Amino acid sequence: MEGLPLLSLMMLVPLMGALLCLFAGAQAARLIALVATLVTFLLGLVLWSGYEIGGPQWQFTERAELFAGFAWALGIDGIALMLILLSVFLMPICILASWEAIDKRVGEYMAAFLFMEVLMIGTFAAQDLFLFYVFFEAGLIPMYLIIGVWGGDNRIYASYKFFLYTLLGSVLMLIAMLWMVAEAGTSDIPTLMQYDFPPQAQTWLWLAFFASFAVKVPMWPFHTWLPDAHVQAPTAGSVILAGVLLKLGGYGFIRFSLPMFPEASAQFAWLVFALSMVAVVYTSLVALVQADMKKLIAYSSVAHMAIVTVGLFAFNVQGLEGAMIVMLSHGLVSGALFLCVGVIYDRLHTREIARYGGLATNMPYYALFFLLFTMASIGLPGTSGFVGEFLSLAGIYQISSTVALVCTTGIILGAAYMLYLYRRVAFGAQSNADAAAMPDITAREWAMMAPIAAAVLWMGVYPETFLAPMRADIAALDARLAAAAPKGDAQLAAGAPRGPANAIEHHQSADHASAKEGAH
Amino acid sequence: MHPILIITFGPLLAALVAGLGNRMIGNVAAKSLTTAALFLSAALAWPIFLGYLSGSESAEVVRVLKWVESGTLSFDWALRVDTLTAVMLVVITSVSALVHLYSWGYMAEDPDQPRFFAYLSLFTFAMLMLVTADNLVQMFFGWEGVGLASYLLIGFWYQKPSAGAAAIKAFVVNRVGDLGFMLGIFGTYLVFQTTSIPEILAAAPGMSGSTITFLGMRLYTMDVLCILLFIGAMGKSAQLGLHTWLPDAMEGPTPVSALIHAATMVTAGVFMVCRLSPMFETAPTALALVTIIGAATCFFAATIGTTQWDIKRVIAYSTCSQLGYMFFAAGVGAYGAAMFHLFTHAFFKALLFLGAGSVIHAMHHEQDMRFYGGLRKHIPFTFWAMMAGTLAITGLGVYHLGLGFAGFWSKDAILEAAFARGNGAGQFAFWAGAFAALLTSFYSWRLMFLTFWGKPRWIESEHIQHAVHKTPEEAGADTTGGYHPHESPLSMLVPLGVLTLGAVAAGQVFAPSFLDSAAFWNGSIFYNEALIHAMHSVPYWVKYTALIVMLIGLAGAYLAYIARPELPAKFVQRFGAIHNFVYRKWYFDEVYDALFVRPAFALGRIFWQWGDIGTIDRFGPNGVAAVVARSSLAARSLQSGYVYTYALIMLLGLVAAVTYVLL
Repeated sequence: MEGLPLLSLMMLVPLMGALLCLFAGAQAARLIALVATLVTFLLGLVLWSGYEIGGPQWQFTERAELFAGFAWALGIDGIALMLILLSVFLMPICILASWEAIDKRVGEYMAAFLFMEVLMIGTFAAQDLFLFYVFFEAGLIPMYLIIGVWGGDNRIYASYKFFLYTLLGSVLMLIAMLWMVAEAGTSDIPTLMQYDFPPQAQTWLWLAFFASFAVKVPMWPFHTWLPDAHVQAPTAGSVILAGVLLKLGGYGFIRFSLPMFPEASAQFAWLVFALSMVAVVYTSLVALVQADMKKLIAYSSVAHMAIVTVGLFAFNVQGLEGAMIVMLSHGLVSGALFLCVGVIYDRLHTREIARYGGLATNMPYYALFFLLFTMASIGLPGTSGFVGEFLSLAGIYQISSTVALVCTTGIILGAAYMLYLYRRVAFGAQSNADAAAMPDITAREWAMMAPIAAAVLWMGVYPETFLAPMRADIAALDARLAAAAPKGDAQLAAGAPRGPANAIEHHQSADHASAKEGAH
Repeated sequence: MHPILIITFGPLLAALVAGLGNRMIGNVAAKSLTTAALFLSAALAWPIFLGYLSGSESAEVVRVLKWVESGTLSFDWALRVDTLTAVMLVVITSVSALVHLYSWGYMAEDPDQPRFFAYLSLFTFAMLMLVTADNLVQMFFGWEGVGLASYLLIGFWYQKPSAGAAAIKAFVVNRVGDLGFMLGIFGTYLVFQTTSIPEILAAAPGMSGSTITFLGMRLYTMDVLCILLFIGAMGKSAQLGLHTWLPDAMEGPTPVSALIHAATMVTAGVFMVCRLSPMFETAPTALALVTIIGAATCFFAATIGTTQWDIKRVIAYSTCSQLGYMFFAAGVGAYGAAMFHLFTHAFFKALLFLGAGSVIHAMHHEQDMRFYGGLRKHIPFTFWAMMAGTLAITGLGVYHLGLGFAGFWSKDAILEAAFARGNGAGQFAFWAGAFAALLTSFYSWRLMFLTFWGKPRWIESEHIQHAVHKTPEEAGADTTGGYHPHESPLSMLVPLGVLTLGAVAAGQVFAPSFLDSAAFWNGSIFYNEALIHAMHSVPYWVKYTALIVMLIGLAGAYLAYIARPELPAKFVQRFGAIHNFVYRKWYFDEVYDALFVRPAFALGRIFWQWGDIGTIDRFGPNGVAAVVARSSLAARSLQSGYVYTYALIMLLGLVAAVTYVLL
């Protein structure tokens, strides 16, 4: 295994698959895509098993100088490892989800997905600033195509919005990167993570990166592209959009903003908190009134990602680890929820909630999966959603009880809109005969749902598997942030002990004798 | 293998097999498996409890699996067994086993039985995880787990719109409490750097006088933490303000109401306060709040209970009220009495609910007591069982004889403790509790008289009309409509019999251990020796208060529902406003709907239409598009060529980058 460029190989396999798909017939393209993504997933497992916990910070490093200091430099730490695993885990599921739903230009569609996989792995593995930039931005091109070509009726508007937001952020980030490389004299990400930029410059650099990442996360008020993109995207597109592309923003914060500009991060923490608090309440309430399933889940994503951003800017281990787990969990759960929508959309061709009802009767196993993912989404302990949310909020509580209180209201609002959705879809009378005639999930759909369900429960019951690889990296980041970390607002102070709460005063006990006779 | 592992995980395993196997394994297999698992758990739990009773066992913790480790915040899956847990173990496993058995008969005609039994067993597992928790987070796991099972069981008949609504309401209202619980855990971790319950309890006295900033206010640390945790308890135990979900939860099948919404889940809040009693003892303000909320709930819920017609709703409000007793007992420091009332209440309230289920079963699913009457001779076994339950809940017993039904012992101890505590909150609790006891006696006997005495009024019920295919006019003078109520099958009567035993004798047998024995509790709750002494020396009129108010309530109910049945209508006519206020449950639902539910939907619409679409999109992307269009860039090229434009910009940027670096 030593010396084998595993990361490059993981990118090469889907790339070859993509090229083959372009020239293959529909059925062949499906098979090629499935095999390519499965092989990549297996390689991902090899990567995971080869990753040495407690080993060097950067592992599986590869480096080939290209030109002008621009290098093909790859390598991963625990954080990148987890996000790569999430991507390669979701990919075969996406291919399965598109198996029957996509019937025009199948080859190109599969190629777009495989190409996107290449770019996503590249984004998380890149160790060169410009290489990262290329993958980060290029990764969105296949997504535009997937929405724009295979999307719904209003796909042009949706992809236009997607494009516009992203463009704005990218330009600013690129300028900031140029300045950074000139200042530090290197585009090597691990070096830059240790570089101390002057605080004055940090402010501007932080804002430039923020423009890009806040759109990707997305943070309120840069979120309006997301509901439209989700509604128009095909099922698998939504899965990847929610599962992986939204994580690019969070990854950006944890890889760039926090370690490279710690002072500025502390300085702007209030901004992140304010936007996140608004997002939790605002988008949850908006989710409550949606009549379109995908829009509802899209808005819920914005609310969940706000928990990620408060966790990241809590400047402590719980907040950071919580944010990472929320990202992984949200990737699985919201991906699965979009699959759940896709399953019934394929049968009835509508996303309108009111057209369904009583599905628990004719689709009991579907209702079971949907229930599990609903519960994971609202953070029921025992599922992945809880672990992330709990750690993240525990982290922020140490900085500010007020921010924690506002963000924790998300558990109430989240329960309200998700259960309201579940009730309208799975419970109630079977008012629509077409919906009542829908068959339960097929073997292919089982194969999509069951692995995610297993992962969700695993992460909820024994998250150690996922926390352990990241522990050292989070600790290093926490140490790097320690100097800049804001003080918590709790200000615990000792005081003179108060007496026991239920001390019985003496004169009452002295009444013993008389009371015994019933003299009162 | 430690028996606690089988007690706890047996029901989980059974639930998984029954639930996932469902129609593949069939009704009988699913029912047998889950019921057998619960009887096994109960059989293993009693020896543990008896071991603590005889003082031969000591507390232990069985570690199962690491759960989370994040910096200094770490907690495991672990099962803690001590006296307090053992009490809960026998309550949960016994009632659950009996309810499983009862459901064989009660749910016999339901098409969806494996799912029902799977949910019941899943609930039992979650409840057991709650009471065996060694850290606050696992307690929260059980807490939310029982919430999930409760949600699923309330919504078991999911085709009914009312069931779906009640299920959501239960979950969301509980989540309001859970918000407090979660913040309480966060705060506890912040202060003590641990979530382990024994470590927190050991460290709590040291934090007694410390202060902390919470939401910008400077407060006593322990008061903040305990009040936050208590908010969680209020939600789960349906205390005043967060009680609205409990009556609606009666939409679930009756065995569920008996197990979850009477005997076990709703007592989780009381359990939590008792489990954390050494911590609450360092927070006087929090304890005063517990006392006042508990006392107010016990009074408030009892008033509503006197006016409801639905037999299950009467018992539901009664449960709410009895939980209030347990809380104010804990609030004044009588944790033993609180746990004892929890223990006896589990038996007699499960009995009353299962009895009500038997009545409903006999009356063709009719739940309105206005359409009952004269059932005493038709379902005698059910009648006598419910009689025992009523005598227990109303607290019949005589202090000087040392004899009484289960509820007498525990309720009397609670009233004594509140009186003996002597402070303002305690006084308030004593009088509220005494008056609520009067109301308890009144509504309980009202239920009995309306159901079992008097003339049959059955034919007015639509359910009965349905069964006998007659209208009241056709039936004429025969107000039974020719309907014959049948006594329930043996599988339902056996649980009633066992619980009757508990309702009669549990108080008598266990009172000395629960109320007066520090050795029995063995440090698992805060034991206030001085308070126990003060309780023993309260004046005799206090000791007889429970009996006196019970007799007054009985007399009142007799007068109003047997001797002079025209009285209630006259009362309603005379005091329409008061009656309406109470009958409409103090308008809590209406107020909450106007304050929270409607505004939430309205705000959601405003944010969406005016915020997202009207402001952000209008001045954001759409505004940019308009500007771009005006600056005469062809809209067409924007729409079709944007991907390439974008790629081009990216490429240009990179070229710029490389050039910049090269120079």
